Parts: sequence; C-alpha cells; structure tokens
Amino acid sequence: MKGKIATRDAYGEAIIELGRELKELVVLDADLSQSTKTAGFARLFPERFFNIGIAEANLMGTAAGLAAAGKIPFVSTFAVFATGRAYDQVRNSIAYPELNVKICATHAGITVGEDGASHQALEDIALMRALPGLTVLVPADAPETKQVVRAAAFHNGPVYVRLGRSEVPVINNGDYEFKLGEIRTLRPGTDVTIFACGLMVSIALVAADSLQAQGIEAQVVNAATIKPLDPEQISLAAATGAVVTCEEHSVIGGLGSAVAEILAECQPTPLERVGVKDVFGQSGPASKLLDLYQLTARDVAAAATRAVARKQP
Amino acid sequence: MVLDPELKKQLEEKARLIRQHIIRMINAAQSGHPGGSLSAVEILTALYFQIMRLDPAKPRWAERDRFVLSKGHAAPALYAALAERGFFPADKLLTLRQLGSPLQGHPDMKKVPGIEMSTGSLGQGLSCACGMALAGKLDEASWRVYALLGDGECQEGQIWEAAMAAAHYELDNLIVYLDYNRLQIDGPISTVLNPEPFPDKWRAFGWQVQTVDGHSLTEIVAATEKAQASTAKPNIIICHTVKGKGVSFMENEAGWHGKAPSDEQAVQALAELA
Repeated sequence: MKGKIATRDAYGEAIIELGRELKELVVLDADLSQSTKTAGFARLFPERFFNIGIAEANLMGTAAGLAAAGKIPFVSTFAVFATGRAYDQVRNSIAYPELNVKICATHAGITVGEDGASHQALEDIALMRALPGLTVLVPADAPETKQVVRAAAFHNGPVYVRLGRSEVPVINNGDYEFKLGEIRTLRPGTDVTIFACGLMVSIALVAADSLQAQGIEAQVVNAATIKPLDPEQISLAAATGAVVTCEEHSVIGGLGSAVAEILAECQPTPLERVGVKDVFGQSGPASKLLDLYQLTARDVAAAATRAVARKQP
Repeated sequence: MVLDPELKKQLEEKARLIRQHIIRMINAAQSGHPGGSLSAVEILTALYFQIMRLDPAKPRWAERDRFVLSKGHAAPALYAALAERGFFPADKLLTLRQLGSPLQGHPDMKKVPGIEMSTGSLGQGLSCACGMALAGKLDEASWRVYALLGDGECQEGQIWEAAMAAAHYELDNLIVYLDYNRLQIDGPISTVLNPEPFPDKWRAFGWQVQTVDGHSLTEIVAATEKAQASTAKPNIIICHTVKGKGVSFMENEAGWHGKAPSDEQAVQALAELA
C-alpha cells in the first residue's frame, strides 16, 4: 500500500489538469464545492466555474444546456442529490438527448459516515445503470480516479463517476492506465473470482490474502466500468466457477446485480453478493459502518468461502 | 416598432398555415395537444420568421440563435414552424407520433433538424436554455437563446431555480416567452394551483418583464426588440393568449389540452382556418 487518498481529492486535481488542456471544460457545483473538491478549479478558472446554488434540478439542466452549446460540463454534488434529487433531469435533459455531461458525484456510499442515511447514497449505481447510454464508472483509488476522470472527459456522451468522501488505500501505480469498458484482474486465482468496485477493491485484496492462508486462491477483479459491462469479460473472469461481488452500495441494482444478470444468462455460477442488504445506513464513523453493514475483508472472505462451497463438483 | 404591413400580412399567413398543420397533424395522429399548440402560434411565427437568426440549410450553424420549447407538449406547433421555415419537408408533418417518425410526441433533438433541446418533462427547458446562454456568454457569442414556457409549467419549482440563476448570471442574452393561456389539464391555473401574479414574481426574481397580447405579431416583435436592447437582466415577455386560438370550439376549453379532433371536427376547424 502507498498511503491513503480520498477519490474526491484526486478528482479535484484531475479537473484542474484537464481544465488546462481543454478550454471547453466547465465545472458546475451546487454549494458543495469545498466538499466535492471543485473549489480548486473554481479558484484557478473562475470564469469556467458555475455555482448553481442549492438547486440540483437546475444544476443538471444547466449542464445539459452548456453541453448542447459545445461545452464539456463536469457536474458535482453529493451522489444522493445528483442521482436521486435530480433523477428526472439526468434522465430527460442529459441521458435521453445523449448530452456530453460528466456527473462526478462525491460522498457516495456508507463511508459518508456521520451525516447519516439521508446523505449516504446506496442506490446511485442502480439508478444510473438503468438509464440507456449512460456510462457508469466507479474508480477504486486516487490514480484510477485521475484516469477515469480523464477518460470521461474524452468520452463523447454522458458519464456518471462515483466518488467517495473517505480516504482509501492507493493500490495502483502512477503509471496505471484505465481503459473504459475493461475490467482488470489485479490478482490471479483459480478457486473463486471476486469482482469489486470502489473502496471494496482494496478490501477484496486484503480478503484474498486471508483466503490464501486458508488454501483458497482468489482472483480479484477491479470492475471500475460498471456500464457498459462486457458479458464476455465477466464470463471469462468467472471461469473459476465461484463468484463474489463486493460494493459499497445496496445489493440491489449495483455491481452485484450487473454481474448476476450476465452470469445468469451466459454462465450460471454460484454467486455471493457483498453489499448493503436493502437497508438505509445511519450515522457513525466510516470504519464502524463498514463493520456494521458487513463490508469488511472478513465478510468478503466469508462470502468467498460460501461461494466455493457451492461449486459444482 | 410597427411591423411593415406587407410583412405583417406574410407573418399572419404563416401563422394560419401553422394552425392548419397543427389540426391536420393531431387529427392524423389521433393524439397530441392542440390547445397549447394553437395558443403559441404567433410567438413561434414571430421567432422563426422574423426574430431568430437561422439557416435551415445549416441547422447546426455555430452562430445561430437557439430556441428551447420548455412546454414540450406544444411540439406540433414547433414542428409546423420548422417545416414552414424549411428545416424539413412539410409532408413529414403527418407522421407525428407514428412509429418510426422523427416527430416524437415531445421534441427529440437527436431526431429533428432545428430542435435544440429534447423536452417534455415540464420545468426542465428553462434550465437548459440558461446553460446555453451561459455558454454564449463564455464565448462572447452574438447569438441569443429564446425559450417558451407554459403558464401551468411555472408550478414546477425548477422554473424558479432557473429564474434565480438567470438573474444571478445576468443572462441578458436570454429571452423567454410565457404562453399565458390560463388553462392547464385540470382546469384554470388559478384554480388548480395559482402561480400568479406572473409579472411581480418574475420581476422579484430579477427579470425585466413585459406583457403583450400573445396573438399580436406586432407586439411580440416590438417587445422582443426592446428585450434585445436591454443589458444585465434576463427578459421575459408574458404573452396573454387564448388556449385553442383560431378554432372556435377549442378556444378557452381545458378539455382540448390533450385531445385530438375527430375527422369531422378537423374539417370544421380547417374551414375556420381557411
């Protein structure tokens, strides 16, 4: 491990770098620029930063209009507001007309912590994944976030990027290259495949270590692109014959569902989903919430053991 | 200014043709929104034949003015104006709402040349128009953004979010028309959920407000010229209109918001518009 950095911090740096390169890049926020880390861009490029105030519906619509006029808008607020509060605007003003808007939402998942359930987006992937043509990306660490944000900027079409509040371990090197649509095996293994996204990738890697100690070789796959998800790549990776999905998101509608849909149709495989089990969260320190909602390496390892036990002889 | 009598006559003729198209389209589709399409005809006629800088041969021309139909259910009126202006052949109009037609029930910017924004879910178009106007300001462009709102649509909170933002960002390159026909699906807007008084509300939100007869081409054009000359404030022109304008049995009837005329009714309507 090479230290810990929040993906929102990497995002704040990425849009500054991209802002220097791309004159058409503009950034919009809804009174959360200190938290979403767009404030740095705002200081350097004040003419290309628009604070829309606490008005998320207008935030998304304004971004759509800027995109229709040739700009590349990066829109930030908390994930719960970006995807829930403004769902119809994302659907009708951005996704339906396929406008080139990049929704980079921070404070996703249970690790929002103390703010509690009202601010913990646990269904944002499900909401965004259901919209046709919307690319959904969930980077695992800071270097991947920089690459993901860059890929989003150069991709022509609407993109949702899911970012976190808490610091997460750096698992990729600085020279890491993200390819949109590609899932990546971070650790080979033959007994079970663990698909993970976001902060659960580093947790899955820890789980793989403990599984090895028990004699189980776990393959760990980083599924940073949740949509489009390639059935062929998923089926190939699931060749171990047992699968676990891990996400800091509801078990309904996110990575677990996406993998389950593909496997059920293409390659039925025993599957265990690690995620928040269809409940709202609560206030507390992030690490304790991960424990409480069973999102730890221990939980991932236990799910892997169950999946292996269900393998066809 | 006063419209040149010859020009006024030409514009009135365009408005009449657009009304005929609206009736024929909605009758052919047996589905659509005649009331709020007919009330907006003079506004669209003034925009597409007098006010806006456009080139139908180059619908994506960078220097064109932009128009957003925030009340997307008036799509038949917009399609008819675009066809009359030469963006696509008028014979396409009768495919409205048919399977495979580019003329969707509500405007789809990907399918129809000249449509600048996909709309239909009320309250969203004004925000998009604001985004376009911000882009225009950023580029110091000379093109303007025009938008048409419904009066019932002003019950949507997003309209007022956008109204606040437009004034805050001093979008004097944005001119909005309010089709104030006083009726929505469930009845008079003042009875359903009163959004009035409009002039005071928009003024309080920081807009320059004018009120005109929304069926007077002269008044619409004159108010627009005044709006174009103003600086630092977004502009709204509140257009008093009659829902179903031009067809006697549709006028001021909320029931004609989203109902198609039968063949017999269409014949009568077209006779009145002949």
